[in-house]
Amino acid sequence: MTTHATREPETLMGYDEVLAVFDPVMGLEVHVELGTATKMFCGCSTTFGGQPNTQTCPVCLGLPGALPVVNEIGVESAIRIGLALNCEIATWCRFARKNYFYPDMPKNFQTSQYDEPIAFEGYLDVDLDDGTTFRVLIERAHMEEDTGKSLHVGGATGRIQGADHSLVDYNRAGIPLIEIVTKPITGAGQRAPEVARAYVTALRDLLKALDVSDVKMEQGSMRADVNVSLRPLAAEGQDQDEVRLGTRTETKNVNSFRSVERAVRHEMMRHGAILSGGGSILQETRHWHEDTGLTTSGREKSDAEDYRYFPEPDLVPVAPSRELVEALRATLPEPPSDRRKRLQGDWGYSDLEMRDVQNAGVVELIEATIAAGGSPAGARKWWMAEPSRRANAQAQDVVSYAAEVGLTPARVAELEALVTGGRLNDQLARQVMDGVLDGEGSPTTVADARGLALVQDDGALEAAVDVVIAANAAVADKVREGKVAAAGALIGQVMKQMKGQADAAKAREMIMSKLGQG
Amino acid sequence: MTTDLTRRSAAEMASLLSTKEVSSVELTQAHLDRTDAVDGLVHSYLHVDHEGALAQARAVDERRAAGDDLHVLAGVPIAVKDILTTIGLPTTAGSRILEGWIPPYDATVVTRLREAGMPILGKTNLDEFAMGSSTEHSAYGPSRNPWDLERIPGGSGGGSSSVVASFQAPLAIGTDTGGSIRQPAALTGTVGTKPTYGGVSRYGLVALASSLDQAGPCARSVLDTALLHAVIAGHDPLDSTSIDAPVPAVVEAARRADVSGMIVGVIKQLTGEGYQAGVQTRFDEAVALLVDRGATVVEVDCPSFDYALATYYLILPSEASSNLAKFDAMRYGLRVPPAGVDAPSAEQVMAASRDAGFGDEVKRRIILGTYALSSGYYAAYYGQAQKVRRLIADDFARAFATADVLLSPTAPTTAFKLGEKLDDPMAMYRGDVATIPANLAGVPGMSLPSGLADEDGLPTGIQILAPATQDDRLYAVGAALEAALVAQWGAPLLTRAPELTEGELR
Repeated sequence: MTTHATREPETLMGYDEVLAVFDPVMGLEVHVELGTATKMFCGCSTTFGGQPNTQTCPVCLGLPGALPVVNEIGVESAIRIGLALNCEIATWCRFARKNYFYPDMPKNFQTSQYDEPIAFEGYLDVDLDDGTTFRVLIERAHMEEDTGKSLHVGGATGRIQGADHSLVDYNRAGIPLIEIVTKPITGAGQRAPEVARAYVTALRDLLKALDVSDVKMEQGSMRADVNVSLRPLAAEGQDQDEVRLGTRTETKNVNSFRSVERAVRHEMMRHGAILSGGGSILQETRHWHEDTGLTTSGREKSDAEDYRYFPEPDLVPVAPSRELVEALRATLPEPPSDRRKRLQGDWGYSDLEMRDVQNAGVVELIEATIAAGGSPAGARKWWMAEPSRRANAQAQDVVSYAAEVGLTPARVAELEALVTGGRLNDQLARQVMDGVLDGEGSPTTVADARGLALVQDDGALEAAVDVVIAANAAVADKVREGKVAAAGALIGQVMKQMKGQADAAKAREMIMSKLGQG
Repeated sequence: MTTDLTRRSAAEMASLLSTKEVSSVELTQAHLDRTDAVDGLVHSYLHVDHEGALAQARAVDERRAAGDDLHVLAGVPIAVKDILTTIGLPTTAGSRILEGWIPPYDATVVTRLREAGMPILGKTNLDEFAMGSSTEHSAYGPSRNPWDLERIPGGSGGGSSSVVASFQAPLAIGTDTGGSIRQPAALTGTVGTKPTYGGVSRYGLVALASSLDQAGPCARSVLDTALLHAVIAGHDPLDSTSIDAPVPAVVEAARRADVSGMIVGVIKQLTGEGYQAGVQTRFDEAVALLVDRGATVVEVDCPSFDYALATYYLILPSEASSNLAKFDAMRYGLRVPPAGVDAPSAEQVMAASRDAGFGDEVKRRIILGTYALSSGYYAAYYGQAQKVRRLIADDFARAFATADVLLSPTAPTTAFKLGEKLDDPMAMYRGDVATIPANLAGVPGMSLPSGLADEDGLPTGIQILAPATQDDRLYAVGAALEAALVAQWGAPLLTRAPELTEGELR
């Protein structure tokens, strides 16, 4: 068998076939932009989306003579993240310079941490779809600064090839980043892609709960690099952990949870095809393509790449006192997964129901609705129905969709109260919800304006019942004979006559009594 | 009157200004006239700012007339080494790669000079990015020694020392990474101090080696040096390595000028072999004078100093290779298109610009530093150098346990001739052998004139070193020694320097 390095196999290997022969090992590196008001080493604003190069100064532009000063809030955020990831916090650590040339990097070195990270040796427990928990070990979380952004102008693709000039925007240069690196994730087996997605999702939830970042993958404030390698399955009687790790590839800047899962799956199938065809994997970075679900080769990354790290002499070491660390520990929120378990218990949701509302991203909305007087069942029902459907259709998350159309938890609670108070039935309430989502105002306003309310006048209902019984004599007879189930057809007719604005229970009661079944 | 004015000390000038016997405009103009007359010979300046200096002088005169409470040096003009950023004035660091760059911000040192009301006459010449011991590595041509125009004024601050020695400015700012304030002071018969590392802000000082660089004062007397030291020193929140503590009372120490009861240590490793006979003689005499004034002399052993030069030439290039990476033709400074390439890549433009913009010495050190930091060599070179650096600091700590200050000749020789050592980098590097240990350990040091060497009649310097943050000791000892020496000479040493005739050097 000849061994040759290959990049692109003719065809991918089937996913199950991969797992029949190989054990997948992953490593995830997640970059998170901190939500500090100012940059990591200067006082410039970190606001997203400003005019190019309006949020810069001599320090973040790396002008000759300018010196960095560490953002204390950035350090505290890093420590809180480390603590939330169950890490050790360094008593003394330094920044280092990572030297390489790149047009959008003002100093041609990145101020980062190398062998002395602020946080190390932690873990994050990740809830999987089947209700089990998978522990991902954290190698380190370290502080660094972001680079600027190149814009290639004049070409068709926006890439550097074919562009007639390039512009650089340094607004992002110097924004604080935390890089969270896992230890090799082994033992996930066929669930590897899911574990990867669940880990990144759990990390997002955690960072959100910590309120240290806006963690928007689509805006790049959270970015994942996905390392995948395959190793042969252990032989009979051999421990899988004794099998040497395979060569890895690193897929850069994957920017959604689903893509993380797909990228792992794709790389497993690509590696599988190459390895089973007698080839070997080239250690390289890969680019992820959202549209095709494929990766393509980036630059070759050998271990020989030399960043010439050395301790940053312009910065004094970071030495957080134990008092500070403990004070920061006291600020940690309830871990998202604990919180979910607590809420599920309080609300009485089944596992499936909890997972659904979680996946729909409406847990906070439900919580707020209950606080506004709604019931757990009602809140779940109303948020999961039309609002989720419409948000989905517009590829939006429910929270931002609801904010846009003015659907507040209080309005959902109000809608439910209209039902329990007897003014609306479910069918009418759905129409009211449509009106609210269409911007017609609060549930009461919509119900009033559209004239939606259960008819409270028993005389009108009785008249309708009489008309229906008279017109459906055969059915009425069946009911009289004890076939109670047939009453449903009569109720439907009454509701139709009343244009849905009748209390179905009351109509039933009336029909039954008139037909001698009361 | 005009010529006389420039020959005064800064303290005297301050006194004349405060009694309104002269105005800052007159004083500033006198120095600008002197520059017009002699800088063609000495080439201390890269940029002279006639209009800006006079405007600042007028402003301070107006404030004085209005009865404002002014700084003691308000109205006394000054020159600044062209490696500190200045709003509206070019900052080249002596390099082609920064030709024409006008910074949008002032270095903190410059801000403090402006706040004190000191007119800035111009920017002084230096070895490119402060790499050199002769100012011959300036991309804009060498400066010359006012004592002998065929000789170097020292480096890298040859511009700042010669501008003071040639009476073009009473005061100047220098920077000292391995001796670039002290060695030129010794070679030009002037006084210069490298403060404690972190004692003066580095913000706006174009970095050569961040862990070694230190800005400091250059002047013609110990008291003048102290007055300037007090202006620029003190904590700066823009520099993370800046010391957050009160500035040592340097001016009071200089006025006290007292060494009685002090123990001065002569560093065994920095005397004798390798030192020019005339330099050694003047040094020994100076030490004897201190004994006359009540000091006790002990010899101190600093064995690790033997490795200081080697250590320095690993740490400096390592940091420099990283600090100079920003000069890539992307945002400012020189941009040179690569020859014979139609659509050059960013990397090709960077390479061509750096090739054209950096001189040989700078390239030599970038290559050295890149090598020393590269993986596989880091531990053997940079890591090892850091360990020796620690040992040198330990030597200092032990020495300061027995002596209040340490003494040595500042430079092993007097000024050599232009071109003499240009092709022998190692010989050039050895000029800093006595000054480098202080930079590696972060301790303060001063050089002051100890006389003229018998064999060539050129100035020699004595170096005083003190423990970190005890900069005031330099001034107490320096001022006492200066008083004794001047009494012996009958006048300050610079009065013996040859008169410079007006004109342009051929």
